[in-house]
Amino acid sequence: MSSTTNPSTHHTSTIGAIGAPSRRNTELALLVFAVLIPVFAYANVGLAINDEVPAGLLSYGFGLGLLAGVGHLVVRKFAPYADPLLLPLATLLNGLGLVAIWRLDQSELLQDIKQAGTAAPRQLMYTAMGIALFVAVMIFLKDHRVLQRYTYISMVTALFLLLLPLVPGLGKNIYGAKIWIQVGSFSIQPGEFAKIVLAIFFAGYLMVKRDALALASRRFMGLYLPRGRDLGPILVVWMVSILILVFETDLGTSLLFFGMFVIMLYVATERTSWIVFGLMMSAVGAVGVASFEPHIQQRVDAWLDPMREFMLSRANQVGHSEQAMQALWAFGSGGTLGTGWGQGHSELIRFAANSDFILATFGEELGLAGLMALLLLYALIVERGVRTALAARDPFGKLLAIGLSGAFALQVFVVAGGVMGLIPLTGMTMPFLAYGGSSVIANWALIGILLRISDTARRPAPAAPANPDAEMTQVVRP
Amino acid sequence: MNKPLRRIAIFCGLLVLTLLIRDNWLQYVQADELKEDEHNRRVAIERYASPRGDIIVDGKAITSHATTEGDFKYKRTYKDGAMWAPVTGYVSQAYGATQLEAIDDGILTGNDDRLFFRNTLDMITGEKREGGNVVTTLNAAAQKAAYDGLKKQGAKGAVVAIEPSTGKILSMASYPSYDPTTIAGSDNAAGEAWNRLQKKNNPDDPMLNRALREVYPPGSTFKVVTAAAALEHGLYKSADEKTDSPLPWTMPGTTTELKNEGNLPCEDATLREALRVSCNTVFGKVGYDLGNDDMLETAKKFGFTEEQFVPVRSSASVFSDDMNDSQVALSSIGQYNTAATPLQMAMVTSAIANNGTLMKPYMVDALQAPNLDTIEKTDPEEMSKPLSADNAQILQSMMETVVKDGTGTNAQIDGVTVGGKTGTAQHGVDNSENPYAWFISYAKTDDGSSPVAVAVVIEDENAVRDDISGGGLAAPIAKDVMEAVIDSKK
Repeated sequence: MSSTTNPSTHHTSTIGAIGAPSRRNTELALLVFAVLIPVFAYANVGLAINDEVPAGLLSYGFGLGLLAGVGHLVVRKFAPYADPLLLPLATLLNGLGLVAIWRLDQSELLQDIKQAGTAAPRQLMYTAMGIALFVAVMIFLKDHRVLQRYTYISMVTALFLLLLPLVPGLGKNIYGAKIWIQVGSFSIQPGEFAKIVLAIFFAGYLMVKRDALALASRRFMGLYLPRGRDLGPILVVWMVSILILVFETDLGTSLLFFGMFVIMLYVATERTSWIVFGLMMSAVGAVGVASFEPHIQQRVDAWLDPMREFMLSRANQVGHSEQAMQALWAFGSGGTLGTGWGQGHSELIRFAANSDFILATFGEELGLAGLMALLLLYALIVERGVRTALAARDPFGKLLAIGLSGAFALQVFVVAGGVMGLIPLTGMTMPFLAYGGSSVIANWALIGILLRISDTARRPAPAAPANPDAEMTQVVRP
Repeated sequence: MNKPLRRIAIFCGLLVLTLLIRDNWLQYVQADELKEDEHNRRVAIERYASPRGDIIVDGKAITSHATTEGDFKYKRTYKDGAMWAPVTGYVSQAYGATQLEAIDDGILTGNDDRLFFRNTLDMITGEKREGGNVVTTLNAAAQKAAYDGLKKQGAKGAVVAIEPSTGKILSMASYPSYDPTTIAGSDNAAGEAWNRLQKKNNPDDPMLNRALREVYPPGSTFKVVTAAAALEHGLYKSADEKTDSPLPWTMPGTTTELKNEGNLPCEDATLREALRVSCNTVFGKVGYDLGNDDMLETAKKFGFTEEQFVPVRSSASVFSDDMNDSQVALSSIGQYNTAATPLQMAMVTSAIANNGTLMKPYMVDALQAPNLDTIEKTDPEEMSKPLSADNAQILQSMMETVVKDGTGTNAQIDGVTVGGKTGTAQHGVDNSENPYAWFISYAKTDDGSSPVAVAVVIEDENAVRDDISGGGLAAPIAKDVMEAVIDSKK
């Protein structure tokens, strides 16, 4: 991480300073913290619940450390100039998630209703699988631009993944939302994988079409109105999102995909009018569907008046759930500083306490202070992702990076906002924290792709270019 | 493409900012409201996380605790629960708390503000929070005598005994009763026990605290109030002057004759004689002569028409303010609308025994911190002065005659002066329901002070409709309670 000796070209805007230090040792130092903090948290839970340091402390710490170490070594070898923060951030979130899941495993109430008990070891296994996929991305994806070739295959794959939960016998309805499929004893959320594949498709597609979408337009009241035929793509994505909303009845998934598309469209075309269109279309779609889809209506009602929903649930009304109110109580009971690990009662949320609602456990036991820190960790991941997009030197990389980070930010907002009662609840999970294989594995792959793009962006340019003109073609518009 | 990228970065920042603001709203602004919401189970979990303090009678705890399964750690248990239930009320993991358990909940759970400093200290030193104790004024022997007496009769009823000089409640029993231990938990057994105790499943309504919450027509026991009114308002000056009482007496404004129970020597009888044989005609006429206002004034001074807080709330006893002449006459012999709680009649007796001064009845002597320091002590307090000391002594001598050779001979105690009054109240349409047998009395020691005043009421189907039943059924219980108090003072 020495060489600042390369005095070569001064590029206009990209931040990926040529000849920048690789920052791999920074990453290693941060990773030590990212492993130690969950280990201490784990000890803390054990001491609070059973008055003893948990027996699995060493193996747990060793396991997390090993996984992080493997990740680090692979990055050091295959993506030496990658962003140094993303891997430690993901490791820290994943580790804290494991602690919270283990903590909920200790709850007799959740054990009795089969909502927890052996979730933590499984989550550790999923984490290993996630890191394995991460390693595979690092090793086999030498250059993210390769993905460009798979633009239309990605589209087909994404549609396939999105439609899977609707296949009879395969799809699974959990509390009204049909975004899972059941394979053997595993429940898979194909949407988590579709998120990445769709980002690849949008990036590839928009890179090709951006000029047509951006330039051919008429000006009307300060907005560039696209031509009718250019509305095609956004209409198609909108229709698909509406279909997801109607048939899978999950507002979050629908919002996530449409939002991701609008963000990428805006970045690709630089036309604010797309944002306006996007907002209008999502509003029309959401309100329209909510007006006839009872499950969405019920989610909205529960959001508007969680106490009423709680009472209906207590009165054994079918289809009502007290989760929303229980989550609010968990947050409120945590207060400013929280109860401390293992001393809250977030198990009262019962169903999905360690997955969709895991944020409530953090809110109650770590308090406002801890939860804000946690949200800022997510913000940092998004920030590193956007920075990667800024630094990327190719439009495909830029679009892919902003698509993935934008989707990540939207997912965090939709899930955290849902659990905290800011927006209606959805069936998605908090990346890295929540129990669930699909989420962990897919998000590790997402981090892998972001690292690959950032490595390409920050990698020192090959020695002085033969033709200085060629270099000029790399300049990206500010 | 970097300009829109920066805008998207700002957008993502705003998303996170929105979440942070919402989080602050939830966990800072609304935190206390959510934390203390009655439906938030954490409130109950916290409440049952440590053993509750105890309720103390005669230096011994009548409560204890047991551990339970599930997220509520401790539940309340009671020793002789059925006997003490009217005093303690209950506290249940599933059904909340009532009466003393509810009123002094803060002390018993340790959450009271007065324990704040100690709690803060405990939090720093890591000690577990403890509850304080509630020390009652009750007398275990008197309570046992009262409850056993009611139980032996096997009929619904209640007993209240008060120490006249202070207002301390010595005994408060109600029958049939229930063991609050059975409903203290939150398991199925507690639920079934709770259902069995509900009035709709159990016509005996065992959870009704008859000593405080049931009003009964006081019948002839109310005649002592009428007598007090007559003396206080100067209608008659002594116990032994002849009254202006025709027999038969037709109630003014009606053609109905007021009847006595049997062929009693009531014509122009003295107040003493009229009380001894319990003349309806004499006291009905006295009430009529005094009128609604004067009767009401004296009744109010004894505590009628007001809820009492001992500190558990009692129902208000009734004496109406808008009656015509015949209604006043009937009311003055404890009929028509007149109704009293057993506590009320004990207060009447206690005021007479305490030479005319009514002390405010109370049953919590002191509240103790977990280390037994006294946090709050109840001092005896004068509530009113329904009659002068002279008149009180006249009334005492009349009531002592009742016990010596009147309807209340069953309450006599060797070597102790006892004054009392029997009563039988009819009720229901055409008196169709079981009559109530009443007895009120006090004991007086040689120095003229009175250690105990007691009121007993029994709803008994076997009670015949005369004053004998009050003396026959209720007086022996009153006697046992008074003896128990006198014995425990020795």
